[in-house]
Amino acid sequence: MSKQTITILQLYPRDMNIYGDYGNALVLLRRLEWYGYTPRLIAYNPGDEFPSDVDIIIGGGGQDSGQGKIQADLLSIGSRLKKLADADVPMLMICGLYQLFGKFFKTSTDEIIEGIGLLDIETYGKSERLIGNIILESEQFGLLYGYENHSGQTYLGKKVKPLGSVRMGAGNNTADTFEGARYRNVIGSYLHGSLLPKNPQIADFLIETAVVKKYGEFSNDVIDDSFAMRARRTAARRPR
Amino acid sequence: MSTRYVTILGKAVRAAMRLRGGGSALPGLVVERIDPNFIKATLATLPRGVVIISGTNGKTTTTKMVVELLESQGLKVFTNRTGSNFTRGVAAALLGEVNFAGKLDADIAVLELDEAHAVHFVRTIPPRHSLILNVMRDQLDRFGEIDATAELLRTITTATSDTVVLNREDGRIAGLQNTLVTQRVSFFGLSDDLLTTFPSDDQLHGGSSRLATAKADVTLKKFVDQTATFHMDGHDITTQLKLNGIYNVYNAAAALALVRAILGESINQTALIARLAHITPAFGRGETFIIDGKSLELILVKNPSGFRLGLQSFNPSGYATMIAINDNYADGRDMSWLWDVTFESLQDEGVEQVSGIRAYDMALRLQYDEVPLSDVTTNLTKGFKQFMSDNPKKPKRIYCTYTAMLKIRRQIGKIIDVESIG
Repeated sequence: MSKQTITILQLYPRDMNIYGDYGNALVLLRRLEWYGYTPRLIAYNPGDEFPSDVDIIIGGGGQDSGQGKIQADLLSIGSRLKKLADADVPMLMICGLYQLFGKFFKTSTDEIIEGIGLLDIETYGKSERLIGNIILESEQFGLLYGYENHSGQTYLGKKVKPLGSVRMGAGNNTADTFEGARYRNVIGSYLHGSLLPKNPQIADFLIETAVVKKYGEFSNDVIDDSFAMRARRTAARRPR
Repeated sequence: MSTRYVTILGKAVRAAMRLRGGGSALPGLVVERIDPNFIKATLATLPRGVVIISGTNGKTTTTKMVVELLESQGLKVFTNRTGSNFTRGVAAALLGEVNFAGKLDADIAVLELDEAHAVHFVRTIPPRHSLILNVMRDQLDRFGEIDATAELLRTITTATSDTVVLNREDGRIAGLQNTLVTQRVSFFGLSDDLLTTFPSDDQLHGGSSRLATAKADVTLKKFVDQTATFHMDGHDITTQLKLNGIYNVYNAAAALALVRAILGESINQTALIARLAHITPAFGRGETFIIDGKSLELILVKNPSGFRLGLQSFNPSGYATMIAINDNYADGRDMSWLWDVTFESLQDEGVEQVSGIRAYDMALRLQYDEVPLSDVTTNLTKGFKQFMSDNPKKPKRIYCTYTAMLKIRRQIGKIIDVESIG
């Protein structure tokens, strides 16, 4: 029997791939292999043809220059991404693309950078950078460990839920205690680290959702996550 | 307080700190607080002015090379040799060199400065020459973003009065020439063949890099088996080197270009190349120790590009490999960078030991590249001893972050004599 294929689309790896975002792609690829599937990674950069068959979509952070380069293209594929999100395709957007999946980013000089509005969130550029180790508690995923580094502060609207609440660190902003956003199977977050290696429960959520959606059932082999568990224990003890 | 008294006080603090052991910057801090003009007044007396070397990777080794190359030309050089590359580190280094009247016996100062601190430094003391090596994702948790870091470096170049030496192959660095009006600009570069082995930050992330087509003053053409060929003045010059790792050798091209800019026509090329052949790497930058008849190499890794270049430069075949990762402030707290390095080149030989505070982050990284791994411990002292006793018959190599390197060096010092790093 030929192996079942799962296609991961990585948005804008050329311009939006800072702080180890590749780690998230690698974790999905390897875990899919270890579970016995054939993963396929497609890089989508501005001007590329948007593939028709996509099972998981991931995207990372970038610098201001990177965001400028991809914004117009992102707006042009926004309606397609929204349709996929409403069809329950799992997605993980970190930092810069988390912000641009929202309604807008208002810079500290009051310039408005329009987002695709897939997530009901608004982001405001501030002079203060929120930097350091961060720990969240998520209803669905338990404790999450990562590293944040952002000057945009994000506020959640009514149509999204937070990914978790902050135990240590700043999270979305300096006013409330939320971090990240959830809409259907879309996860937005500021967590680098990379996020998925030390939080394999999120990787498995993305994988299981995609596999069940495509093939009806998920055959779950056991992966040895003991290094991840030990790395989480270290992360829990490190200073901000 | 007069310079004389400030100097005496600072020297006293320095002596006291030496007795206590370590602490290279504190005496500088004391002097800086009492007399903020101390550095400026002292450096202003130098006939050939101040030279600044900055960038993400290779500052320490390049500074060491520039100093030794200038010495080969008969110059007396002041430098911040301890690697404590902040303003007060410079003040601390000066205190060791000035006489009690506060006078510095040197022709020129060659200083390595961290990007962020260099900006403050050049505001008070504009350099005569500057060399900008590269900009890569290093301590982004300290500085923010890479474009912002490039802007810090721009401030150094625009404050320079005479010559700015730039890396032609790093788009963000070569681009700094665009805002230079009165300065002379000189480039160092790579041949097209070698360019592919030197990913710049953008190339690491799928972008393109070489934007400048400018002619380089010094080009590294070839590096095979410790023998390098540089192209300058229309000629190829081939020489043996004691430097390990191709990135160190590219830094030698940078150092040559800077020294050529400083000395101009009066350069003694024969003496220059003869000296270059004898330069050894700075501590932890490919240093080799001999322990029980087997070599032990320390490779400092600070960021993804440096780690990648290290893995590309050193063949793991026949070696026992250890990786030590700490996340203290000087290492950078963010572990994300490990995911921007690929470790597949270690799949065949495997890794004998992973250690350091973030040992399990590193072990996890190796798991996802399917690299076999023998032992993991967060206790670095224990891990190092284990690594040494498990591999008595093999040459050994340790990739380590900054504070892990300092700790390993102390352990090595208990076995053999290791030169003090001040």
